[in-house]
Amino acid sequence: MNFELPEEVLQMKDIVRDFVENEVEPLAMQIEEENCVPDALLERSKALGLFGLSIPEEYGGMGLSMLGKCAIYEELGKTINGYTTILGAHNGIGSVGIVELSNEEQRRRYLPKMATGEWIGAFALTEPQAGSNAAALRTTAVKKGDRYILNGQKIYITNAPIAHVFTVMAVTDPAKGPKGITSFIVERNFKGFQMGKVEKKMGLHGSHTAQLYFEDMEVPEENVLGQEGQGYVNALKILANGRAGLAARCLGSCQYLLDRSVRYALEREQFGKPIFEQQIIQHYLSEMAVEIETLRWLTYRVAWMTDQGMNVVKEAAMLKLYGSEVYNRIADKAVQIHGGVGYIAEYPIERFYRDARITRIYEGTSEIQKNIIAAQLKKEYTR
Amino acid sequence: MNILVCLKQTFDTEERIVIENGKIKEDGVKFVINPYDEYAVEEAIRLRDDLGGQVTVITVGPERAEEALRTALAMGADEAILADDPALFGDEYTAAKVLAAIVKQREFDLIIAGNQAVDDGSGQVAVRLAEELGIPHVSTLTKLEVNGNQVVAHRDAEGDEEIVEASLPLLVTAQQGLNEPRYPSLIGIRKANKKPLTKVTLADLGLSLEDIEARTEITETFLPAPKTAGQILSGDLADQVKELVSALKTKDKVVG
Repeated sequence: MNFELPEEVLQMKDIVRDFVENEVEPLAMQIEEENCVPDALLERSKALGLFGLSIPEEYGGMGLSMLGKCAIYEELGKTINGYTTILGAHNGIGSVGIVELSNEEQRRRYLPKMATGEWIGAFALTEPQAGSNAAALRTTAVKKGDRYILNGQKIYITNAPIAHVFTVMAVTDPAKGPKGITSFIVERNFKGFQMGKVEKKMGLHGSHTAQLYFEDMEVPEENVLGQEGQGYVNALKILANGRAGLAARCLGSCQYLLDRSVRYALEREQFGKPIFEQQIIQHYLSEMAVEIETLRWLTYRVAWMTDQGMNVVKEAAMLKLYGSEVYNRIADKAVQIHGGVGYIAEYPIERFYRDARITRIYEGTSEIQKNIIAAQLKKEYTR
Repeated sequence: MNILVCLKQTFDTEERIVIENGKIKEDGVKFVINPYDEYAVEEAIRLRDDLGGQVTVITVGPERAEEALRTALAMGADEAILADDPALFGDEYTAAKVLAAIVKQREFDLIIAGNQAVDDGSGQVAVRLAEELGIPHVSTLTKLEVNGNQVVAHRDAEGDEEIVEASLPLLVTAQQGLNEPRYPSLIGIRKANKKPLTKVTLADLGLSLEDIEARTEITETFLPAPKTAGQILSGDLADQVKELVSALKTKDKVVG
């Protein structure tokens, strides 16, 4: 057994930690208030290579292992989650489909520009009638000559306002149910592509989520991702791949909240002594620390399993469930330990509390993760 | 253009200094490239990118200093030399002699170093190196222009700017403000691990212990006295002035 991260990963983690501390964190309040990540910061993040984590080296990216990605996501989680989400959505669900399922021509066309961040990626599955039930899609794709004509609406598409490349799921054969869904690579300048309303959200400020409308949108047939009819399976694969990364981001945020909470408890005096001396505060902090440690090693184990090519459907669901639930519990305790300071928007704690809430919902709700785990258990016990 | 950069690995400026048994404790300390040397690395990379050529980073220091060299390679330097033979360690005199021996084994047009190291702050090594090599030097640069063989160097002269013209080969030292050092890119880190890093020993450099023996000795290492509460003078202004002057003379001995 070896619990050490590879040397190269540690070096990259150090650089990203420095970058987050010195370049991102000082802008966190500004990003929160203006609901916008400054272009200069995005450009510096691109120069560092933060948009190429998933893309193979031969296409200009880093081709990082899941372990490497999780180590970097852990550091990125230690700052404003809106910034982290732009990177997470791009490197995760926004580009993984094209990396894993595309053909050589598609790879050459899309990956180099996605690796540098010139083209940002997004994933478009959810629709007004189809969220957790991904098979209920209504967006249609009808073959017409050498192209498909797409009609429909997508909602809650993270990165939509800044993305150029979208992995879109649409129904090519309504009679076949989930097996009639196909994935497409869609560019924002395709005729018939329209962006709708940008949502106003509880948190994740700086990251934007919008609606998409396809009106007789023309997609060339060479932009089918993988095989026709495999879109549903593709979507599940892409989502499963993103789970470890998402948990790693939660892990970073949890660590940030623990660091802040311990320091605050040691400084803040009540009843003539630091509140750290109150046993109840010690217990809160201990519980936070135990959950973080558990989350850390579950994260890195699932990442390692993924890199070994093992089946991680159950474990990735467990990890996504645990990571997001722990993040919410820890954010709640951090607010409690900070008291009034934890509720005031001038300090970062309440921001994390709001940002944490979405992690139990997006990229598969906690409830859906439990369904996946149970389905796997049933398989194991009834074969 | 061949550019050599002399750098030193130092404590991160945010580290707390702890002295144990008369020595500065290094356990668990985060080490970085000396910030002034980081400007030197950045400037060298920019010049190389503009004019072509090669950047070689050099350090005299323990094995851990390899990390600082790897960081410089990740930023974009091409090659590194680490003199980690303990026989090569001493004082500023020693370091300059060792660096000179390394430099003499290679071709160079320009040597860039930091103005000083943030740990001992002597600011001597680079300038001594220029003397050892018999080449001119310009220190505390805030701007550097190279045109062919000619160099225009803007230097921070105690707050004023002095513009110096010189020709290559030359040694310059970097002051804060020369540039904004880049972060090593993630791909740079991967590439750095494949770039050449050569370790040299006393024997490799053809030096003897006598040649480089330290000329100074550290007799004691101690922390500055902890800051005590200030004293607020009161009473008649004329008396306060007298009291202040007397305190500065006798108590703190800052006025003769």
